[in-house]
Amino acid sequence: MRTLYELAKVLRSKNSGPFELTLDILFDSIEDYQLVKDSGKISVNAICDLYNLSKEEVRHLVFYDQALGVKITILRDIPSGSIGDRDVYGAQQHAPLMNIRF
Amino acid sequence: MVEDIRILSPCGMLGYGFPIESFMNGIKEKPHGIIVDAGSTDAGPHKLGAGVSIVSRRAAKKDLEIIITNGTVNKIPIIIGSAGGAGAKKHVDWTLDIIDQIFQEHTISAKVAVIWGDIPNDMVMTANDLGKVTPLSPNIKPMTNDIIRETNGIVAQMGHEPILEALENGADIIVCGRAYDPAPFAALGIFHKKDPGLAYHLGKILECGALCAEPGTTKDCIMGTLKNDCFTVKSLNPNRRCTSISVAAHTFYEKEHPYILHGPGFILNLKNCCYKEDEGVVEVSNSQYIPIKPYLIKLEGARQAGYRTVVIAGVRDPILINHIEEIEKEVEAQVQRYYDEIPTEDYTIRFYNYGMNAVLGEKEKERFTGHEIGVLLEVTGNSQEIANSICATARSTLLHYGLENRKSTAGNLAFPFAPSDIEFGPVYEFSVYHLMEVDVNPFKIEYRQVNK
Repeated sequence: MRTLYELAKVLRSKNSGPFELTLDILFDSIEDYQLVKDSGKISVNAICDLYNLSKEEVRHLVFYDQALGVKITILRDIPSGSIGDRDVYGAQQHAPLMNIRF
Repeated sequence: MVEDIRILSPCGMLGYGFPIESFMNGIKEKPHGIIVDAGSTDAGPHKLGAGVSIVSRRAAKKDLEIIITNGTVNKIPIIIGSAGGAGAKKHVDWTLDIIDQIFQEHTISAKVAVIWGDIPNDMVMTANDLGKVTPLSPNIKPMTNDIIRETNGIVAQMGHEPILEALENGADIIVCGRAYDPAPFAALGIFHKKDPGLAYHLGKILECGALCAEPGTTKDCIMGTLKNDCFTVKSLNPNRRCTSISVAAHTFYEKEHPYILHGPGFILNLKNCCYKEDEGVVEVSNSQYIPIKPYLIKLEGARQAGYRTVVIAGVRDPILINHIEEIEKEVEAQVQRYYDEIPTEDYTIRFYNYGMNAVLGEKEKERFTGHEIGVLLEVTGNSQEIANSICATARSTLLHYGLENRKSTAGNLAFPFAPSDIEFGPVYEFSVYHLMEVDVNPFKIEYRQVNK
């Protein structure tokens, strides 16, 4: 078993506008990408569980074969830079994904 | 057949800096334009709300000096997107002032086009009354006239159309207010009759500078070449190279969807794109531009949400760390009781326990282990006086809090600074982040002939 952290080349989070966060998982081998894609472990349910979200708060979960990547976009509880926001750039929200095992 | 169009992108943000060697490598290839993005909403609503820029004036001038002196002498058009960071009038004026100084110091003459991105409040109100303004996502409140009145000016992201018009009118330098990041790049390509899908996709890649290369950075130059049925990108620094994965991955960057990109008046469909790599040059084809009716522009606006005062302190005592969250709740309750004359809705007290769960908050599932934490106490209030008063009392209450079994009766907090309390000033929030339907181009262009 390997973790997503070990498999991915890029595993990052970032704002996509002030009201959404986007999680990018990118691979540098087709085998690793396909392993993750086929496992079904990156799913709306899994993201809801990891980030305490309802299904409606997961805006997109899309595999993009050309880039060997998965993109997940979720709604922010608190918009970027508003009072109570903990991560203005949204750049440290990827960590809960790192320990998913394949 | 039209010739290949080369676009030099010096860096991902005007004022971030770039190696002069990379830039001159680009100039040697006789680019058809030098285009640089200067804006972002990434740093939050403060820039737009307070009318300040992301980079220092000194840094913006250093970059602009290189770009303008090399661009004008070689007759290469220069386009600056989202001037001054947020692209509102204050930010554009700030940029124009720097440019004027460079013109005077180097006795340069040029025709400057300024494209304003500000949208008058009454235009937004009228459109809203007609149901032509909608929130961009479901966690944004519907627009009201009150929100518009409380907002410190509204800007909209322009597409390529007004920039194209300025190019057609022979501008040497185009300073754009708030622009869709890829639009200035796309405008040059479309001006030279290239495919708008390829032009916008290339713009999306170039607007972050060398972030699409490996190793990626926003502080270096990249060259994009638009051909008739594809575009290529390559690093202008021999220490970096573009790969098909680095370029495809960059298409992902900061966007909500990996291959459907929404822009002003169109959708870019990149589902069928092909990325081919040859010796550090990546060729991309099949980017598809789909015009959308009605034409929608993205509005941005910020309003003041209060005033802030903060304290940062270290906690090392294990007895205190073990009970920190319950103690913080008790501190908040004691402060409320002490200031019973201030309504609780006039302020908020927040503790961020760095080392424990400060980043993910209630979403943190990792069990805490560690021997010290950083506590950030944040107080926001309706006035600076309230924020300061509440913060000072919360700080002293936590400092002297007499927890059970405490041995360290002298104080609970290690302050790195004196004074401990930092007055932060006004705090802003994005009050407007909506789409507005437009029938006519709302972006006004102004031409200035300098030094002639």
